[in-house]
This record gives sequence, structure tokens and C-alpha cells, in this order.
Amino acid sequence: MPQPAGLLFSKDHEWVKLDGDVATVGITDYAQTSLGDIVYVELPRLGATLTQFGNIGVVESVKAVSDINTPVGGEVVETNEAIDADPSLVNRAPFDEGWLYKVKLADHGETANLMTGDAYDTLIAESA
Amino acid sequence: MEDEILRRTALFETHRALGGRIVPFGGFEMPVQYAGILAEHDAVRKRAGVFDLSHMAQFELRGDDVAAWADTLTVNHVATMKPLQARYNIFTNPHGGAHDDVIFYRLPDRWLLIVNAANATKMWAHLEAHVRGDVRLTNRHGEDALIAIQGPQSVAMLAPFVSADIAAMKYYTCVETSIAGVPGVVARTGYTGEDGFELFVPGDAAVGLWDALLHANRDSGLTPCGLGARDVLRLEAGMPLYGHELDETITPLQAGLPWVVKFAKPAFEGKAALEAQSAAGDFSRIVGLRLDGRVPARAGYPVLRDGVKVGEIRSGSIAPSVGNASIATALVDLASATEGVRLGVEVRGTEHHATVVTLPFYKRG
Repeated sequence: MPQPAGLLFSKDHEWVKLDGDVATVGITDYAQTSLGDIVYVELPRLGATLTQFGNIGVVESVKAVSDINTPVGGEVVETNEAIDADPSLVNRAPFDEGWLYKVKLADHGETANLMTGDAYDTLIAESA
Repeated sequence: MEDEILRRTALFETHRALGGRIVPFGGFEMPVQYAGILAEHDAVRKRAGVFDLSHMAQFELRGDDVAAWADTLTVNHVATMKPLQARYNIFTNPHGGAHDDVIFYRLPDRWLLIVNAANATKMWAHLEAHVRGDVRLTNRHGEDALIAIQGPQSVAMLAPFVSADIAAMKYYTCVETSIAGVPGVVARTGYTGEDGFELFVPGDAAVGLWDALLHANRDSGLTPCGLGARDVLRLEAGMPLYGHELDETITPLQAGLPWVVKFAKPAFEGKAALEAQSAAGDFSRIVGLRLDGRVPARAGYPVLRDGVKVGEIRSGSIAPSVGNASIATALVDLASATEGVRLGVEVRGTEHHATVVTLPFYKRG
């Protein structure tokens, strides 16, 4: 299945949606399927400064703990409070209501370290 | 072990066809889940689920001395078992630790002993090394299949396939009967905290039985369930899992299973050590924990009291049958092992508050 248009992807199975200086971050459909039922998400605090590819939180399923390695650096300007109450949103709508946090980009150049949807599809096809 | 050669049960291709996610478990390639752990858990609590447990080792014991012999190696009574009775038991080492927790099934002409898959090799060697008198062992591990049907609708869903009157069976009894036209054993036992049955059939009958059960009960919501759901179900029901709540260093007394230990038996492996432990009373023990928040507590996480480590998590999960609370078992020191004591669980360097609670977390209504 092709990835949603207009997103960039990391090899750690996060997606990024750019809107000016602000990037919305989530995990991919492939990632949520691999994890299974998600029961807990630990996100960075508002105002925290993230470094690209740093380990900044976790997504936990019933059986597994998976690190979130942030695909972009910068300041956390919003976190998705809805997934605190209902972590299964990440399973049901990983590219929409199940987004994780928003970052004010420190350096637009970092997006050059991410992949297009087609390149990400190739990556997961190879790891399958 | 990466070079371990994994075995497959008779149902392996069936699991794959059902979309089962296959993982190594106890030396076998087993389904950890199909549609999802939470949906499968829900099916067992509300309707019924069907599990392939053929990875568990089935040993047959025959001979006039089986009961007396087994009584010397285990903490619970064996000789007092009546025909067609099942009983939970624990094989112990000289220090009172557990070699394995098992179920004995007494059939008219033999005994069935079901041991954990991960302990199958160890337990077979243990039994063979101790054989004496008229005791004959047959290892049927991987030859016979074990299929469980668990949940409040188990009787209705299974009854059409069994000659015997399963509705009349008492908990922890078994019967030799015809199952979907094949001779086998039906036992009213399980590991989920629900009513249910475990079905022992020849391996070559497993696929036919599995498919027939699911086909006949599709509209009633019988659901194939993997080992992931089983682990959540047993934890909610407060049932120990070998390697977590019991192991070679954790005794049945520490595991909160004193009712299994029959000190009235004249002699059994580890009896002196267990008597000494019981008399001293100052041992660490397994308790239930309920965390204040939703963060899962995983095996190995430190357990703190007033900032000082007093134990560690042995099992943990989010518990759908306990309001989606984060529940866990922990091995903690005696002073902390009292209902209501406030403890902390260290998760990735942060302490999360928890309360000691009485097991089980869940009891069927």
C-alpha cells in the first residue's frame, strides 16, 4: 500500500509532515501493525529541545517497548493529548488522529536525512 | 539461541493461514497473536477463544508405583488423586525451588503429566534420572496435540463435538471420550480464569478438530487466540508463569502457593528446605501491584520503597479486565508484602507509584 502523499519518513518508521516551520511527527502504519495493540505512549514535554534521531520517548504495545527516535530536531510545541486517554488511536489512525507531537524545526536541512514515501516503501519491502 | 532448530505443531500451517504472527516460544514456532491481543482477550472473557497449546510437553506415566514415586518429587498430593481427577502440582529441587509447575491428569490406565514447553527437556531428564520401581515413562511431546477452548460459552461451543456430557464435568476433572470422532481426553482445566476445557488428541487429528470448532462456532464469536492473550488472561487471574513467578530459586511458598505444599506428606524433594523457610517466615514473596498510571511495568523493572530497592517486577501488563489498569507481579521483601503498602516502580529512570493488592486481579463473576 503506498504511503500517504506529502510525508517524509525515517528508517525508524516515523513520519513527518511539514507545515512551514512546524513538523508533525507520528509512527507509520507499518510500525503500528508490527507493534500490535498500543497501550501506552510516552512523549517529550512541551518546550523540550530534541536532537534529530535522538531517543525521545516510547510507544508500548501489550508485549513490547519501542523507542521513538525523533525524525527531526527542534522545540516541542504541541503533544497529542488525545492519545494519553486512548493510545489505540495510534493503531486506528497512525497518520491522522494518532499523531504524536509537533516540533518547531531547528534546521530545515535535517529533512534531507529523511526519505520519500516511495523510498520508505522500498525499505519496508526489503525488511519484510 | 539463534541456531536453535524450532519445532512446529500440527497446527502451524493453520496458524499461518489465519494470519497468526509466529514467534519462537519454548522451542516451537507459535502464534503470539492473530487479529490482536486485546480483541482475543476480550473474546475469552465474553464468549470463548481457542488456543493451540501443543508446544506444552505431554508425558505419559504408567505403572503401579507412579503415584508413590511422583509424591516424592512434588509438593502436592498425587496418591490421593482419584481416577479422572486433575491436580496442579510443582516439582521441586533440594532447596525448595521449582523445577516446573505441572498438571497431573489421572486416567483409568495411566497418568498424563503436562509440563511447560520451556522445561520439557529438563523435566524429561529429571523424571528419567529418578525412575524407580514400576514407573514407565513415554514422551509424547510434539506428537499429541493440546487444544484449549476457554471462555463462558465453552460448554455450548464444545459439547456438540464430545460424546461425554461435558456440562456435568466438575472443574479439574477429565474424561476419555470421543472428540470430533477421534479418541482423546477432555479436561475441564485452563489458564485464563474462565470456564473452559483442554483437549488432548492425536497430532494428526488437530487440524480437523480446530477447523470444526471454529467453523461451527464462527457466528457465536469463537476466536483463535495466541500466546499473547493467554499471558494477559493468566496474569489477570493471578496464575503463576514458570520463569516469572516461579523458578529454580523461587519456592512455591514465595510464589504465594502454600496451599500446594503438603507438609503432611512423609518426604519429598525440598521438604526440609521448605519447612525451614516456612518456619523462618522472613522470605521475599510474590505480590500483586496496581500502578496509579497506565505505564506498563515490565519484568525486571526495580521495585522501590521510599526510594530503596525492595524487589523487582516479574510480570506486568495492561489489564483490560481491571479497567485497563497497569498490573504486575513483583517479588518483594517481607516488610513490603502487605496489602495497601505503597511502592514505586522504576520505569526508564522515573518512579511510578503503585499499591500492593491481593491476587487475583480478576475473578470471573
